[in-house]
Amino acid sequence: MTTLTLSKALNEGLRKSLENDPKVLIMGEDVGKLGGVFRVTDGLQKDFGEHRLVDTPLAESGIIGTAIGLALRGYRPVCEIQFDGFVFPAYDQIISQLAKMRYRSLGKLSLPITVRIPCGGGIGAVEHHSESPEVLFAHIAGLRVVACSNPSDAYTMIQQSIVCDDPVIFFEPKRRYWDKGEVDTTGGIANALPMNRARVTREGTDVTLITYGPLVRTALEAAEAAAGQHSIEVIDLRSISPLDVDAITTSVRKTGRCVIAHEASVYAGFGAEIAARITEQCFYHLEAPVLRVGGFATPYPPSRLEEHYLPDLDRILDAVDRTFGY
Amino acid sequence: MTVNEDGATTAAPAELIQLLNPEGERIEHPDYPLDLDADAIRSMYRDLVLVRRIDTEAIALQRQGELGIWASLLGQEAAQIGSGRALGPADMAFPTYREHGVAWCRGIDPVTLLQLYRGVSHGGWNPEEFKFHLYTIVIGAQTLHATGYAMGIQRDGADEAAIVYFGDGASSQGDVNEAFIWASVFNAPLVFFLQNNQWAISEPLERQSRIPLYKRAQGFGFPGLRVDGNDVLACYAVTKKAMQAAREGQGPTLIEAYTYRMGAHTTTDDPTRYRLASDLEAWKLKDPIERVRAYLTRSGQAEADFFADVDAEADKVGSSIREACRTMADPPPLAIFDNVYTEPNRILEDEREQFAAYLDSFADGEVSR
Repeated sequence: MTTLTLSKALNEGLRKSLENDPKVLIMGEDVGKLGGVFRVTDGLQKDFGEHRLVDTPLAESGIIGTAIGLALRGYRPVCEIQFDGFVFPAYDQIISQLAKMRYRSLGKLSLPITVRIPCGGGIGAVEHHSESPEVLFAHIAGLRVVACSNPSDAYTMIQQSIVCDDPVIFFEPKRRYWDKGEVDTTGGIANALPMNRARVTREGTDVTLITYGPLVRTALEAAEAAAGQHSIEVIDLRSISPLDVDAITTSVRKTGRCVIAHEASVYAGFGAEIAARITEQCFYHLEAPVLRVGGFATPYPPSRLEEHYLPDLDRILDAVDRTFGY
Repeated sequence: MTVNEDGATTAAPAELIQLLNPEGERIEHPDYPLDLDADAIRSMYRDLVLVRRIDTEAIALQRQGELGIWASLLGQEAAQIGSGRALGPADMAFPTYREHGVAWCRGIDPVTLLQLYRGVSHGGWNPEEFKFHLYTIVIGAQTLHATGYAMGIQRDGADEAAIVYFGDGASSQGDVNEAFIWASVFNAPLVFFLQNNQWAISEPLERQSRIPLYKRAQGFGFPGLRVDGNDVLACYAVTKKAMQAAREGQGPTLIEAYTYRMGAHTTTDDPTRYRLASDLEAWKLKDPIERVRAYLTRSGQAEADFFADVDAEADKVGSSIREACRTMADPPPLAIFDNVYTEPNRILEDEREQFAAYLDSFADGEVSR
């Protein structure tokens, strides 16, 4: 076990992938010499060369579109989109091409492309640097959408994404890049939890708290803070598409209560999908309606307001309390 | 008012590379000596006639309700057969949705194309088998795929190149301009083959550009040239040379094939609402097939028998694809769920199961899975 930051864990996972498969390429803006604006690709170009760590022109649609062409040629590109809010110029290529190529080809083509996107707020950034667009991808058939929340998962999940033959949108919680954790970098990924499986990060009996990405840490802190009063079970979804429905229903049938938290707007957010499925599959076990905590139905606010916009420990516990009011 | 260098779409454009004029006379060009013998030219003529016949048949099939829609290549046969025949067997082509002539050159069964326009599939052929990528309907998106593919060729050190087809309308797309930049800065072995058919549905070329489109290349740092898109020999020679340059590491070339969409944009379109019939009449005089026929006849390289045989073969191809289209089966309902992911997907599996159960709930045989 080694103690690594989430950012360094990703770096180590990428390094392993580059070592394991000569077809793996990393491409994006500033990923080469600079090592990425968050240093996730630090040192990789030096060791693997400019042909495998490609500093691209500043054009996101170009990054995804050419990655598709490289994948058609047998390569396995890992694309870095510098910030969440900059993925939209590439949205057409992701939605209309990347996601649909396998279907269009009746299974004759696959596009094993990983699109890494630093996501979420909390770093005091300017506009377009704090967004949580996961639901815009989860809605699209043909894409897998995952979010890591801690260094250990970051290390294994990035490798799982890269070996996955389907396109994966890989969300990285940018305010957790500097969180440290224990990572086993000696073993492979063969024994790691499959990428499409959720993890019960903290067991509990009274209420299920479901989240992913940057809010997992917040949820664990909330569960700890509430420990004397409520026993909160925390589920880290890890995969948003596909969704590990069994992990959710097993927990909710046990607890009878559920709160879902994400940074993205509650309105038409991913929590709505989870809540609907819980209603369909756990109806007779529910003691209270499923409640959601998240961003407001507004654009992401200026950073001096983000502490009010982002769900924090108190807002999560407020929702937990409310589930006991029914 | 700014007038394009082109002026009206029918005016003879400057710097047009032409090896066979509309009257069917051979024109020598110092940069493009022709390496085609009589057999090769006759075989190109055959291709031109057959793809036009396939196109005519497809339009008829749409009118009779057998196809949902069809995008006609009428008028663009020479641009497509000329460039398509110039490709090496290992070269990869990236089409739009109108490249039926290139598809023909790459060995795609026309019936496979009809499947797409009938709504039986979204494509479905294996691009690597034919070295012909799937039809791309989003305008210009494939130019980036071709660029990435060419970057892959470069990394593989292969003696291959890629070619990507797009149109005058697509030249306004961001993706196309990004592809120009990427291909240029990475020196990708790629030919941009722009069929300027003068119309993006109802919008004339003037709405896309103030300069001739081939001149755009200069700003991106690679050569651009304009070829008579209705001249199959010139399209062949120019493409062949550009592909060879790409294979030799000289980077991309933009070829503007100057042509005319003689039909509607698709079978849903009505060009009489936006363009003059006289325009069409003028372009009919530059027909891509007639000039080859005139050349072959005048030069004694083909007799009446040859033309009759080609016409008879076209009739045969026409009736064969008609029959294949009319007897084409719909895919079974559960095929909806196939080929979304490579790995099993729980959400999808659940839906498939539920839908299958729903279908089974009907009386025997009412709905087939």
